Amino acid sequence: MTDPRKLRLNLESTLDSVEAAELIVQRMADLNGFDDEQVYQIGMGVREMVINAIEHGNGFGSDKTVSFDASIDDDAMHVTVVDQGSGFDPSSVRDPLAEENLMRCSGRGLLLMRAFFDEVEIGPGEDSGTRIHSVKYRTVSAGGIAQEEVR
Amino acid sequence: MSFSTSIRDVAGVTVVDLSGRITLGEASGKLRATVRSLLDSNVSKLVLNLAEVSYIDSSGLGELVSAYTTARSKGCTVKLLHVQAKVQDLLTVTKLYTVFESHTDEAAAVSSF
Repeated sequence: MTDPRKLRLNLESTLDSVEAAELIVQRMADLNGFDDEQVYQIGMGVREMVINAIEHGNGFGSDKTVSFDASIDDDAMHVTVVDQGSGFDPSSVRDPLAEENLMRCSGRGLLLMRAFFDEVEIGPGEDSGTRIHSVKYRTVSAGGIAQEEVR
Repeated sequence: MSFSTSIRDVAGVTVVDLSGRITLGEASGKLRATVRSLLDSNVSKLVLNLAEVSYIDSSGLGELVSAYTTARSKGCTVKLLHVQAKVQDLLTVTKLYTVFESHTDEAAAVSSF
């Protein structure tokens, strides 16, 4: 019998994968007791994680896939996404909140991931690419997206 | 939910009613094409009505910024109308609320130009 609290997928580098990952984790979160606001936040956060992987990591390459793991325990939902790109240094990403970057058309994905999840860790994948691990706790962010960011 | 746009003229102001999710892919492309088509028609006062948009991702936000900057470069002013709570949260987190003039009343938006 499939464990409804664990999921492992190998996603193609397509837009359909973004939609699928978002819908699946939202369903998982909903079935496992996360409230509506958290379900929304998890879906949005996962969306940004997968977009980052297929667009900036894999460059929509048809020969590259994205490893996607999601699990839920008593405290939190954990999501890990690993792409097959050349990797990147998160510190090299321009601050999208800096005055000179506000009018840029891209570069907000990491900011949104950090707004929607309680923890986001970015590092190299085991073999190649970039690994992003995000955590959403059941109790911390019930009041809306990342109020600490808003303040 | 698929994304759609509908264009109307209100007292010389072009109002684009947007409906659906503005996300990476078709929706962002449709918004871009709509705005560019209007700018090619020399529209100078543009209101994007987000009343039926409850969901925007980072690509959609980028498309709104692109619409704003492209319009500005052609002498057109873009304002937002009826920004929904979740979208407003995104504008706040990304500080884009400092860029976009936003209204909650259509008549006020139209008369603000």
